[in-house]
Amino acid sequence: MVATLPLASRAYNLGQITRIPPGEGRTFQIGHDAVAVFQTRGGEVFATQAWCPHEAAPLAEGMIGAGKLVCPIHACRFDLATGQPERNGGRPLKTYPVCLDEMGDILLYLDDRRFSGLAAG
Amino acid sequence: MRKQRLVIIGNGMAGARLIEEVLDRGGRDLFEIVVFGDEPYGNYNRILLSSVLGGAHSAEDILINPPAWYQQNGVKLHAGLRADAVDRGRKEVHGTGGIVETYDKLVIATGSRPFIPAISGIYADSGAFKRGVFVLRTLDDCRKITSFATTCRKAVVIGGGMLGLEAAQGLLDRGLEVHVVHKSPHLMNTQLDPPASAILKETLKCMGLHIHLEKMTSAVLGQGRVAGVAFEDGSSLWCDMVIIAAGIKPNVDLARQAGLAVERGLVVNDELSCLNDPAAFAIGECSQHRGKTYGVLAPLWEQARVLADRLTGRNPSMAYRGSKVATRLKVMGVDLVCLGEKDTGEGDEVVQYSEPSRGIYKKLLIRDNRLVGAILLGDSAMGSACQRVFDREERLPADRASLLFTPGGETKVTSVADLTDTTQVCNCNGISKGDIVAAVKAGYRSLKAVCDATRAGTGCGSCKPQVQAIVELAANGLIVDDPSAYYYVPGVPLSKSELIKVCKEQGLRSVSAVFNALAGGKDDPDSKMGLASLLKTIWGEEYEDERDARFINDRVHANIQKDGTFSVVPRIYGGVVTPEQLRRIASVAEKYDVRRVKITGGQRIDLLGIPREKLPEVWNDLGMPSGHAYTRAFRTCKTCVGSEFCRYGLGDSLGLGIKIEKMFQGIETPHKLKLATTGCPRNCSEATTKDLGAVAIEGGKWEVYLGGAAGSRVRKGDLLCVARVHDEVLMYMGRFIQYYREHARYQERAYDFVERLGIEKLSRILVDDVEGICQRLDAEIQAAGDAYVDPWQEAANPEHPNQFARVLTLV
Ligand code: SRM
Ligand SMILES: Cc1cc2nc3c(=O)[nH]c(=O)nc-3n(C[C@H](O)[C@H](O)[C@H](O)COP(=O)(O)OP(=O)(O)OC[C@H]3O[C@@H](n4cnc5c(N)ncnc54)[C@H](O)[C@@H]3O)c2cc1C
Ligand code: SF4
Ligand code: FES
Repeated sequence: MVATLPLASRAYNLGQITRIPPGEGRTFQIGHDAVAVFQTRGGEVFATQAWCPHEAAPLAEGMIGAGKLVCPIHACRFDLATGQPERNGGRPLKTYPVCLDEMGDILLYLDDRRFSGLAAG
Repeated sequence: MRKQRLVIIGNGMAGARLIEEVLDRGGRDLFEIVVFGDEPYGNYNRILLSSVLGGAHSAEDILINPPAWYQQNGVKLHAGLRADAVDRGRKEVHGTGGIVETYDKLVIATGSRPFIPAISGIYADSGAFKRGVFVLRTLDDCRKITSFATTCRKAVVIGGGMLGLEAAQGLLDRGLEVHVVHKSPHLMNTQLDPPASAILKETLKCMGLHIHLEKMTSAVLGQGRVAGVAFEDGSSLWCDMVIIAAGIKPNVDLARQAGLAVERGLVVNDELSCLNDPAAFAIGECSQHRGKTYGVLAPLWEQARVLADRLTGRNPSMAYRGSKVATRLKVMGVDLVCLGEKDTGEGDEVVQYSEPSRGIYKKLLIRDNRLVGAILLGDSAMGSACQRVFDREERLPADRASLLFTPGGETKVTSVADLTDTTQVCNCNGISKGDIVAAVKAGYRSLKAVCDATRAGTGCGSCKPQVQAIVELAANGLIVDDPSAYYYVPGVPLSKSELIKVCKEQGLRSVSAVFNALAGGKDDPDSKMGLASLLKTIWGEEYEDERDARFINDRVHANIQKDGTFSVVPRIYGGVVTPEQLRRIASVAEKYDVRRVKITGGQRIDLLGIPREKLPEVWNDLGMPSGHAYTRAFRTCKTCVGSEFCRYGLGDSLGLGIKIEKMFQGIETPHKLKLATTGCPRNCSEATTKDLGAVAIEGGKWEVYLGGAAGSRVRKGDLLCVARVHDEVLMYMGRFIQYYREHARYQERAYDFVERLGIEKLSRILVDDVEGICQRLDAEIQAAGDAYVDPWQEAANPEHPNQFARVLTLV
């Protein structure tokens, strides 16, 4: 994952993975911006934009499983890894590279030039 | 690993369907798929040939998968190429022109061909049909008929079965004079009883068909070209074309030559494999299963599904156990649905309605309170409803007429055919009829697939019957019975009872254990909540709770709102509050700047707009338990003031309501449960339209109602029994709740459940105790109630340090 990072990306340490209960997500505030970070039961991590493109629900409160994310408000579905909506015509989610380091800390990579301001809506 | 080679002979309805089913199950990674189809096309919808004949559809309209589709999916199609022989020793299929394909698995789906009765003068000297003689089975047949018909004035159709009548109607639409000649005294005698045939005959005559019954055709007349037909009784009829529709014969020659067991059809067992060769399988009209061959689509769809499950290893123990057959006549202007059996057996109940002047005849054949046969002629508005109870062998409502006639009043369904494309059908998501039709045209062919694709029916769900009807209409009979409709949750292919059995046998106590054991580790998010609810019911205290299997509401014990904040509804037992509680609620509202305080429709108070992280403090300050206004569980019991104050009060409805809330609070159920008690039949708390209700009547007694509704549907509850004292009401309600927990589908409201099972059955089980389970039900609901812990206690003991955190920051 780290190998395919955009050039201007910067790593943020979000702390221990235990901050997120297994199978759930949490919204992280980073400066002015928010990102939803998820941990699957299998221990994989994913990061997407924080608010649903449909009506801005907090996506971190959605259900996840089988690589999918379901918005808690009107159940729009997205692919966790690619952000693609399940239904044609929906808008995709932005996703961000994220991984765990050997200490179990969550490292989130944001492209500072593109990221700023985009995820707050 | 080398992929296995799957060779299919026959690219008709069954063969092509099997390919789709196999691909759907990831079969592309498992198999190299090769298919022989002796028709020079991709795959088309054979059942619409009669409407191509009549001109309602063009040949292009009925194509399902063009050759390019096969290519895109990595399937090798030999289009227009016959398989001539199978060498089972070498596992090879030999096609015309020397093509050889080896197989690991062979599927024979060669369908059937028209049966040609022994009538002289059908064939020319060349051995082909005489000019003007046709059958209707393939697209080519159809093309030949339509082009020849332009030179004709009068046609004879031999055979008065479904196919003959459809062909006759097609030719009539092309402007010919059409005569149907049938050897039996009754049209469609395999599906219809004599009175129905007689009415059908009149209807068809009014449409302009000439019908000749009890006529045996002995010869086709004419030198070189058809000039008429002659009958055994010595009479004759001139015509310039003849269509033979006298039945079908399975195509089994190839299988017979290959040494497979053949009777009328190619014999297969419940695994759909041939008796003497486990590498060879057969599906569709060429196969014979448990002594039966079929001539309609529904069985072959089931077969394709079962075989795909087996071949791909998706569900290797899947078995085919035979199908229930339904037939619909596709003749414009004649509404006819036939289900199952037509002849009355001893002890059968027959419900019949006949109105010959309007061409209406309806008959239900009922055995052991289940529908075993039905004929709906002239008005098939209830066809889908009948088919559903027939397919699922559901118990019938005591009011049989409800299966024959559309209800008057509020639920009357207008025929979906009459709706314009822009009519909004799903009022929650704004989906129109046109959107649904477009989804069907795009290939979604079951209610579930269409709902998933369009979001229709995914809101309150009350439009689903209409969506179903539109799907049926638009699919032109290509509707797929979606097996997942019977699954308890979409991601685990088992019904509720099967799932309970397996979970108990294998000791599966957590949602992830179920996914690992029964779904290949795939943790489908749409299945999590349903599984959690079920496991909790099965295991009680032993259930291993995993919080991610809960919807957000149940993780934080409040209801999420459109802006991401939550609502807080404390429990107010029986709607009775003290001034002290009101004061506390008021000060909480002020302290937290609550955006709105609202008296709910459930006799409680709602504090709206609380952010997630404030929930624990709000609960602490309230000092009241959760009202569970957010979950699939017992919700409330509404009450009226009752005998203590009301001048008409016959019973203490208030005291009873409070006992009910204390006993059942927090108990999880397949869908929410709302109860009410009322002090007299004036019913001020609307107890007869609640999931469960108790109404005080004269003599100190209580009527107990089940299955009422006044939400997206309105339904009056059914009277279960009359109880003498409060404790008895609690006992019957508890029994029902436990039975509902064990037997209802996930998200099935009590009103649907009660309607599905029928109040007679429920009263036999819950009052007469015919199954001897009441004592156990009573004990289990008691245990569930005793295990209750107010979830708002988690304010003090969060289950995870960040349980109520809304936003985390960098460390
Ligand atoms: C607060 C309340 C409306 C009010 O302001 O009075 C309410 C609010 C909601 N109802 Fe209701 N219902 C409320 C009483 C009712 C009633 C009347 C009653 O309970 O006596 C009904 C008709 C009876 C019934 O349940 O059928 C009712 C029928 C529904 C339905 C339709 C259920 C059905 O199958 O027919 C839904 C949708 C669902 O459950 O799927 C629903 C769903 C909802 C939800 C939970 C929608 C949601 O999922 O977010 C609403 C939450 C609003 C919010 O943001 O908090 N609400 N809802 C009432 C809370 C009652 C309580 O104290 O617990
Ligand atoms: C006009 C008409 C209307 C109908 N209406 C309805 C209806 O309303 N509802 C309903 O449920 N059913 C209806 N049916 C019946 C339905 O079409 C059949 O049940 C269904 O097509 C059977 O599917 P199958 O795959 O078994 O056979 P088919 O669809 O006939 O497919 C078999 C295919 O195998 C090919 N084949 C045979 N032998 C070989 C070989 N050796 N090598 C290569 N290819 C071979 C055949 O040419 C054919 O293409 C209708 C049928 C007709 C003809
Ligand atoms: S409170 Fe009930 S009726 Fe009102 S908008 Fe919400 S779900 Fe609909
Ligand atoms: S806000 Fe996410 S689906 Fe509507």
